[in-house]
Amino acid sequence: MKQFKFILSLLFSVAIFYGLNTKFGSIPPIGKFLNPYTGIWQNERSTEDFKDLSQLDGLTSPVNVHYDEALIPHVFAQNDLDLYRAQGYITAQHRLWQLEFQTRASAGRLSEVVGSDAIRFDRGQRRKGMVFGAENALEKMKEIPELVKNLEAYRDGINSYISSLSPADYPLEYKLLDYSPEPWTLKKTALLLMYMTDMLAGGDSDLKYTNFLKKYGKERFDLFFPDFYDVNDPVIPSERDWSDFGEVSSPDIPGGDSPIAYVSGLLPKPHPDNGSNNWAVGPEKSYSGNAILANDPHLGLNLPSIWYAMQLATPEKNTFGVTLPGAAGIVIGFNNDISWGVTNATRDVKDWYKIQFKDKSRNEYLHNDQWKATTKKIEEIGIRGEKTFYDTVVYTHHGPVTYDASFTDNEELVGYAMKWAGHLGGNNQQTLLELNKAKNYEEYEAALTHFVAPAQNFIFSSADGDIALWIQGKFPNKWEGQGKFLLDGNNPAHDWQGFIPQEHNAHVKNPERGFVSSANQHPTDESYPYYVFNDGYEAYRNRVINDFFRSKEKFDIQDFKDLHNNNYNLKAAELLPHMIQNLDIAQLNPEEEMLLGEVGAWDYYNEIDKKGATIWERWWIQIRNMVWDELAKDENDMPYPFAYQTIYLLKNNPNDKFMDILETPEIETASDLFLLSFKKAAADIKSWKDRNGDYAWGEYKSTYVGHLLQALPALSRFNLPIGGNSGIVNATSQNHGPSWRMIVEMSDPPKAFGIYPGGQSGNPGSKYYDDFIDKWAAGEYLEILFMQDESSKDGIMFTQTLTPKQ
Amino acid sequence: MKSFLSNFLLTLVLALVFSLLLPWWSIMLAAFLSGAIVRLRKASAFVVPFLAIAVFWIVYAWLLSSANDFILAEKIAVLLPLGGNAVLLILVTGIVGGLAAGIAGLFGNQCRALFSQSDQ
Repeated sequence: MKQFKFILSLLFSVAIFYGLNTKFGSIPPIGKFLNPYTGIWQNERSTEDFKDLSQLDGLTSPVNVHYDEALIPHVFAQNDLDLYRAQGYITAQHRLWQLEFQTRASAGRLSEVVGSDAIRFDRGQRRKGMVFGAENALEKMKEIPELVKNLEAYRDGINSYISSLSPADYPLEYKLLDYSPEPWTLKKTALLLMYMTDMLAGGDSDLKYTNFLKKYGKERFDLFFPDFYDVNDPVIPSERDWSDFGEVSSPDIPGGDSPIAYVSGLLPKPHPDNGSNNWAVGPEKSYSGNAILANDPHLGLNLPSIWYAMQLATPEKNTFGVTLPGAAGIVIGFNNDISWGVTNATRDVKDWYKIQFKDKSRNEYLHNDQWKATTKKIEEIGIRGEKTFYDTVVYTHHGPVTYDASFTDNEELVGYAMKWAGHLGGNNQQTLLELNKAKNYEEYEAALTHFVAPAQNFIFSSADGDIALWIQGKFPNKWEGQGKFLLDGNNPAHDWQGFIPQEHNAHVKNPERGFVSSANQHPTDESYPYYVFNDGYEAYRNRVINDFFRSKEKFDIQDFKDLHNNNYNLKAAELLPHMIQNLDIAQLNPEEEMLLGEVGAWDYYNEIDKKGATIWERWWIQIRNMVWDELAKDENDMPYPFAYQTIYLLKNNPNDKFMDILETPEIETASDLFLLSFKKAAADIKSWKDRNGDYAWGEYKSTYVGHLLQALPALSRFNLPIGGNSGIVNATSQNHGPSWRMIVEMSDPPKAFGIYPGGQSGNPGSKYYDDFIDKWAAGEYLEILFMQDESSKDGIMFTQTLTPKQ
Repeated sequence: MKSFLSNFLLTLVLALVFSLLLPWWSIMLAAFLSGAIVRLRKASAFVVPFLAIAVFWIVYAWLLSSANDFILAEKIAVLLPLGGNAVLLILVTGIVGGLAAGIAGLFGNQCRALFSQSDQ
């Protein structure tokens, strides 16, 4: 009996230990998770333990970190190495989990943490050559020894923080997923920059375009996907003439055919709304005579926020702005002499080559009618709780063969190789560090030369009163049409033939109109002497912004704030009256008539209380779906024409064959679609109303900021009252929008305002985790504390001092 | 009654000490040892260490969480899911610790019973 009881209680003990110490599916190990000494209760704090950091390895002098009331650190160091070491330490202190998670995602290593659900994602990252690109970038960075030292200091700062942690101190997400942080490396910084490159320059439609071309032919293609829309208000104003470039040369269009093939099972593209606004006015258009600059990058709305705000100062420089956790220096910001910002300069810098392999071994491929050797990279994908998955990725001189028989259902001997500017290896990190300390236009111009991808519209203003905009990236000098569709991997004339000389990248300094701006629209007009193409350019925000700056003589900071928060829907203004006019009202029931009345009386502003905005947005989605039903239903992946061209066709080609709805026996025209889509939109709104009540735009859109782990509801913020939408200057859609709004006036010292939808702390247990969100949604800003020196501590909550190890 | 109290206090003291050094199962170890040292009969062999650790974890979790306005507790109580009720999460925390300790305490008692013949 005694033995029996003994064994039974032993078994129970083992069982409960195992049960509480093990992760089951998404349920964390509950004993570890809930115990108050090392579990989540240790994360229940609003300021992380700001231990006295008296022993920071490698520091040469003490560094003071003054935290203001928004928990923004103002870092004062005696030299660059100490500064970046402190930046690494402080960033890790507030954002460790995110820092690591983003680079894991970039490298295709999520399966190690979350298990086999992430295999397809991880394989995609490896096959896109994310690590390949990061390694190339790292080589490039190593060419500048001083940069390497700075990045090593940054790395060591992060690692000093990591090694100071016990499991009790780990950020919440480690406890939730039950794993531990690993040391930071320089390669991880390169991977973080690749993560941004992929987000901003990882999209292309070449293969979808090829599918479309094969099915519908060139004439249809050119109508639906024109190089230029019939309106164009480009980044570089049309007044710019390019004669300063002298003679330029571009390769001739080669003879020979391009391959025409259906390719499907394509990897997902980055979010189509990844983009931004920026603008700056020069002294003559500024209320005070000081240049004023603004920027708002539009990205997925996540927690922890992609941005972390900081001031970084040494005796030689003093810079404020937002950083990307994982990269040294400020990414978007200002110092006493200059301010700068970026928007995405989308351009087709990713091309695809059809590869013919000699045999199943894939050891050789055809190029210039000769068999050339491939190289192979065996990707090891660790999977939590399972055996490692091995994936062989074949590389040609073009780049990685992303799609082949082992990944998609290709023919055995055919592959599709990627040539991508993201693989070229750039030194974006050097650009950032040089910008941080730049004092004038010349230093800004020099800083940009290192920047390869993702190409950006670098906007600039200075205390000297200069404003400028450079479209900077490394752009292949293409023959007209090169890379719009699938290219022939055998034909050497299809290879990239060279690059546009950096000094010929489109740019403008102090234009006559007195302002510069960009909003992901076409970089130039047709007079620019190089071939420029992208799978669609934004066509609305740019016009609203530029019209605003043409509308009056002088602008002040309030004007800038108003423009950030401008909800004017130009797209609706250009289509809605036409739709209403061509609608057969006799066919509507009373409820639909009421909705038509509401949308007809709407003023085209996507404000939160406007029902008209909801009706329009629903109507637009439905009409778009109806026009392009042929593309959605196609068995191959097909591209969608951009909004501008869709509207152009609805207005100008109302009887186009695409207006027909496949499922119905009748042949529909644009007017029929206006009616049908309106009825559908009305039904959508009715059912929404039945479920949720009021359909005012704010409630209907219900913007949220989601935690990086699939927007776990517990750690996310929902139903934020904010207007706008994609294509509007306030580009806030449901889960995407302005991720950092900044306004800087180059007074002495600069006056600045900024806000982002998140908070400085990455800890969901902190009151600083999401404390900017309500302000951001309301269109408010933090007045930036830009400390000139340490003599005044006004606005400082507390100070953390890092002192060297003795 | 006296052994109740001694077991309760011993479990608590050992748990306090071990928790500083060991992972979450420190409380199982504490309950096991005090069960092996202070003999308890029948249900109390489970209930006393259960209560000791439940109280311990509840009080400590409460102290940590109330100092921060229960910000995180309310979120975790959505995640688990406990309807966002922080108090419920604190109770669950106590019960989880208590269960582990209670069972370890029982096991401690049985060990003692098995190895110390003189007791019976």
